[in-house]
Amino acid sequence: MKLAEKEISGAALAPERKEVLSVQDLTVSVRSANGLTPLVSNLSFSISKGETLAIAGESGSGKSITSLAIMGLLPPPAVRVTGGKINLGEVELTKLPEAEMQRYRGDRIAMIFQEPMTSLNPIMTIGQQLTEALEAHEDLPRKEVQARVLEALRAVRISEPERRLRQYPHELSGGMRQRVMIAMAIALKPDVLIADEPTTALDVTVQREVLNLLRDLQAELGTAIILITHDMGVVAEMADRVIVMQSGRMVEEGSVDGIFRAPGRRYTQDLLAAVPRMGKGGHKRQSKPAEDFVACIDDLSVRFDIRSGLFGRVSHHVHAVHHVSFDIAAGETFAIVGESGCGKSTVAKTMVGLVPFQGDIDIAGCALGREGRDAPKSLRRDVQMIFQDPMASLDPRMKVGDLVAEPLVIHGIGSAQERAERVRYLFNRVGLSDDQIDRYPHEFSGGQRQRICIARSLALQPKLIIADESVSALDVTVQARVLDLLQALKEEFGIAFLFISHDMAVVENIADRVAVMYLGQIVETGSRAQVFGAPQHPYTRRLIEAVPVPDPSFKRPVEVRPSGEVPSPMRAVGDAPKAVKLREVSAGHLVAQ
Amino acid sequence: MSGQTSQIAAEGKAPEAEKGPARQSLLSRLAQNRLSLVGAFLVAVSIFMAISAPFLPLADPNAVNTSDRLADIGAPGHLLGADELGRDILSRLFWGARITLAVALAATAIAMTVGTIMGLVSGYFLGWADTVISRVVDVLMAFPYFLLALSVIAILGPGLLNGMLAVALVNVPFFARIVRGTTLSLRESDFVLAARGMGAGHTRILFRHILMNSVSTLIVATTLNIGWMITAAAALSFLGLGVQPPTSDWGTMLASGRQYLSAAPHTSLLPGLAIFFTVLGFNLLGDGLRDALDPRMREV
Repeated sequence: MKLAEKEISGAALAPERKEVLSVQDLTVSVRSANGLTPLVSNLSFSISKGETLAIAGESGSGKSITSLAIMGLLPPPAVRVTGGKINLGEVELTKLPEAEMQRYRGDRIAMIFQEPMTSLNPIMTIGQQLTEALEAHEDLPRKEVQARVLEALRAVRISEPERRLRQYPHELSGGMRQRVMIAMAIALKPDVLIADEPTTALDVTVQREVLNLLRDLQAELGTAIILITHDMGVVAEMADRVIVMQSGRMVEEGSVDGIFRAPGRRYTQDLLAAVPRMGKGGHKRQSKPAEDFVACIDDLSVRFDIRSGLFGRVSHHVHAVHHVSFDIAAGETFAIVGESGCGKSTVAKTMVGLVPFQGDIDIAGCALGREGRDAPKSLRRDVQMIFQDPMASLDPRMKVGDLVAEPLVIHGIGSAQERAERVRYLFNRVGLSDDQIDRYPHEFSGGQRQRICIARSLALQPKLIIADESVSALDVTVQARVLDLLQALKEEFGIAFLFISHDMAVVENIADRVAVMYLGQIVETGSRAQVFGAPQHPYTRRLIEAVPVPDPSFKRPVEVRPSGEVPSPMRAVGDAPKAVKLREVSAGHLVAQ
Repeated sequence: MSGQTSQIAAEGKAPEAEKGPARQSLLSRLAQNRLSLVGAFLVAVSIFMAISAPFLPLADPNAVNTSDRLADIGAPGHLLGADELGRDILSRLFWGARITLAVALAATAIAMTVGTIMGLVSGYFLGWADTVISRVVDVLMAFPYFLLALSVIAILGPGLLNGMLAVALVNVPFFARIVRGTTLSLRESDFVLAARGMGAGHTRILFRHILMNSVSTLIVATTLNIGWMITAAAALSFLGLGVQPPTSDWGTMLASGRQYLSAAPHTSLLPGLAIFFTVLGFNLLGDGLRDALDPRMREV
């Protein structure tokens, strides 16, 4: 490990660095009704052996199109390269016929996609998929292929590689699948590895492992990595050089230190300023003493049944939420953080009455019926929810004005005239204009759509808004603006927020109080300062430490790499998990023992 | 992969741009697709034939004139010739259009309404309602398509109305399956969850959100189905189980012409072409309508 690191730093310093891929004046255009519209224009860069080049930018900046152009995977016939050259060593890739290109793809340039769930074929075993990738390029005897496949799986540090070969993708966790994808990509030892948002779909702790893995592999194999990401924290930790892109053009190029220390362009400065940082959770917080609570959750448990066998008997329970209690005071932002599958979204759904539960939920002084799947309408007025994906949560066939008015219609509030008036007010309040009321959701950008969702949730003047990963799908600059809007609304209307997120940095920036969930239980809860300033539970510490730091000079302390998988919340009937006991370490700061 | 690339392509189109897209009427959007225009034209022609039959100076479609038996196309007095009984084919095509289209449209409407409601209920509520409806649909689908229609007619007796009901029944499972499928996926979507979170009732969710989002699928299914209905009704008539003489639709014309296929091919060819073009027209129109009705397809 140490040796390898030395090698790479040596390679980076050597004057005769071997250039493996160069892109000159690349222009990619899409054919539309009014001629060719460029998606990427005049992009030039090059990358050397053993180097990591990050292409950073927000959605629509053309970074993914660039990677697809290099791979020759642009969706024909509408999108194609209309100018420039891509040289891989001495070969010009843009002019290659498809059959020739197939020889290079996978062999000398490989790609890792964002979604490990959908990038693997669900009906082929891991072994078959790895074998297929190898056999497409090299004519090897069966034995040797098998050996190479195992070697690749070992290289990505997968536990029990022999057993994994016979498993199907659905049997592996997200992080494992992404490792399999990396194993497929590196099995042929490519010169260039393109990683398109390789960790965006993963939890922070898993992201940490994958990033470490990529770095180690690069040191061992000397692969040039093109890392495409929107996460400036990942850029700072991984890259040697950075290209910042905006709407198809390169805004700035430079060494990672240069870009972070002295960004030359306005756009880069804005981008960096918008990145939520840990330890700088600096909004002025008026710590009002909590007089009354808008929500009291007491001993909440949610269990799903797994049926199996011939007669569909309940054989296992998924303990999604296990004896969870917390209160939300009026006008405060309470955040639940945790990784995927920890039960945080189930808590949210339970609170709006979408999931049956055990325990007590009191919202605005009104108890939520346990079995009645649909909560009384009066309760529905007091709690509103904003979802993660604004596009998915807006009916694509309704005009946005009608969508915002829908809660009013459902609850029979006001005349058509008054409702139109209220919709206009809400639109202006969230920063949209009147003339956008008659449009459809697809005509808006992601940030605007989330504003529409916020306007909709405000329509009934609720006491509590549950925001379930509401800013996770947004670009950082948009995310910062939406967070500002939420903060302003909170102060203006005195609404309490239940903010559910996996993003520690965002939570630290917005929350008043925080609860950390792990495997369906709260393991630590307290004020923001308590949880982030003096984290007590090892899991909380691990979460905080795993967050990428957007500062290239940051030296990550040597860590013990946690291996093994997160235990499953699925347990056999009669084998319920033990409820953790919370101990108070300081006023309001509770930690699992 | 393809999903990813199309998303990227869509992203590239920069939805951020705030240009007010010219709001066009349904017709002008439909007109942008040339094939759907052809479809609309073909459908319009067959509907015109059906409506105008009583008002045009056509010969009596049922007037038998043995001296004109199997008259050729262009024969004096018979622009498109005459059939084996000397009846004017042009006139019979016009009058036949009425019956053919009426049966096909009515049967489709019945099948679509019943099937859609079954599909919505079973896909949305699941549980025993789904079990019952799905098994009924399975049973209906397990029957050979035409045998089922024949058994219905065997029970109800031959005739125009019964033939229509028979083909309608046969097509109910088709709609029920399609609508159940889209309902199943839509009921899990965030916007349905959001509507439930707002306190919307089942009726509102089913008809305002789920049904409206199934419209594109339904339109394609319906127009495709009209085509099938025309051929199914024609086939029943061909077997003498649908329309009873002397009235006739295109199917009966085709059936009676087949005995003279070598001597007078036009007697079966002309009604066959009429069926062919009408079915084609509905299918092309359906594809165009689907695109035109989808707000997401509006910007070009």
